[in-house]
Amino acid sequence: MDLNINILGNVEGTKQILKLTGEIDAYTAPKLKEALLPLVKKDGELVIVDLENVSYMDSTGLGVFISALKATKEHNSELRLVSLQDRVERLFEITGLNSIINIDSTVQGGN
Amino acid sequence: MELNKFDFNNYRDLLDRYILKQDESALYQAEQFTKLSMQNNILPEEFINIHIQALKELYPDLPKEICASLNFLLETMISYGLAYQEFQTLREKQGELESEISVAASMQQTLLSTTKPEISGLDIGAISVPANRMNGDYHHFVKDESNNLGIAIADVIGKGIPAALAMSMIKYALDSFPESQLSPSVILENLNRVVERNVDTNMFITMFYGFFDSKNSVLQYASAGHEPGFYYCAKEDKFIEIKAKGLVLGVTPDAIYEQFELKLEKDDIVILLTDGVTECRIGERFIESEEVLHVIRQYIHLPAQEAVEKVFKYFERIQDFHLRDDFTLIFLKKEV
Repeated sequence: MDLNINILGNVEGTKQILKLTGEIDAYTAPKLKEALLPLVKKDGELVIVDLENVSYMDSTGLGVFISALKATKEHNSELRLVSLQDRVERLFEITGLNSIINIDSTVQGGN
Repeated sequence: MELNKFDFNNYRDLLDRYILKQDESALYQAEQFTKLSMQNNILPEEFINIHIQALKELYPDLPKEICASLNFLLETMISYGLAYQEFQTLREKQGELESEISVAASMQQTLLSTTKPEISGLDIGAISVPANRMNGDYHHFVKDESNNLGIAIADVIGKGIPAALAMSMIKYALDSFPESQLSPSVILENLNRVVERNVDTNMFITMFYGFFDSKNSVLQYASAGHEPGFYYCAKEDKFIEIKAKGLVLGVTPDAIYEQFELKLEKDDIVILLTDGVTECRIGERFIESEEVLHVIRQYIHLPAQEAVEKVFKYFERIQDFHLRDDFTLIFLKKEV
């Protein structure tokens, strides 16, 4: 199964929305990393990742988000994950990452 | 490498037989001949050259147009020959890599091997099977002089060789902590600092650490983002998820791990696992944890080692004997 990444930037150029569709695993994680990391490395950027259409993510996907989180600390940017499906959210809970990554499952991506 | 005269004559005769009689058996023998030629590293253009020479011997008056066309064919085959040589070289290289990986895998096994200790009053079963050759799961037992058991179960995220190398680091860090009186939360906090300093940003480790106090039959434990295990309470015949929230190792240097306690009674079982068990898929469908427990329930009356092996066999079978992830399962069964 593949992963599609749509990047929607806003007019001011300080907010980026990544809309993901598909599965994040060892095969698709590099693609996500390639798209996500340059965005969080822009100073002061707010990067929202919409996971509404991600049905499966394994721990390699978590690794990508951890890298991104570390990058936000260096570049004073912000990472926010929205609209997680239950199975994906459980992964963030078990690993305790929901305590350090900004996650909002109730928010619809882009609003 | 050149064909010898005998082989050349053999090819010529086969060709002759085929041209005259369209003989099937000549075709079959030609196929055998090709295989032999490949073993002797005969390149495609050399083979065409043999064909041309044989044809010229059989038909000395071959029209010059046919001769020219065959020479033309020979030239065009040279690139195929080069590609074939490259393929041969890669195949040899792959063989070398394979054997290096085998050496690394067996070295990993030696470095990370743990012996299941004998703890009176506790029946221990453990199985760990890698999906590929290198195992990203790890488990480790330590027994102290007072018949207490320390047990670690971990999963390195990031697979393959880097994961295996990170495992060795964990093992040596664990070994370097003094044995006396280390509580699970302190062990995880120390390990977290080691991992945070030493691994790449997109790699991290989940670990459950338990310490079984034999005298009081109490399991103290803490978890660093590890897949929750289960506690089987024999008296109520019920499985309860072992909840112990904590951040995975290696993300922030100052993570704190809360420690919990569980009192074990006769026939109670502590079930520890990695996500290779709970993330098991059949086709597109995931196995839910109720289903995992349903399988485990069928074998809990067995001795612990036999039980973990039976559970593994079951999951191996439903995944068509092809594990997607490393699989580790441990039972600690309280006997008296």
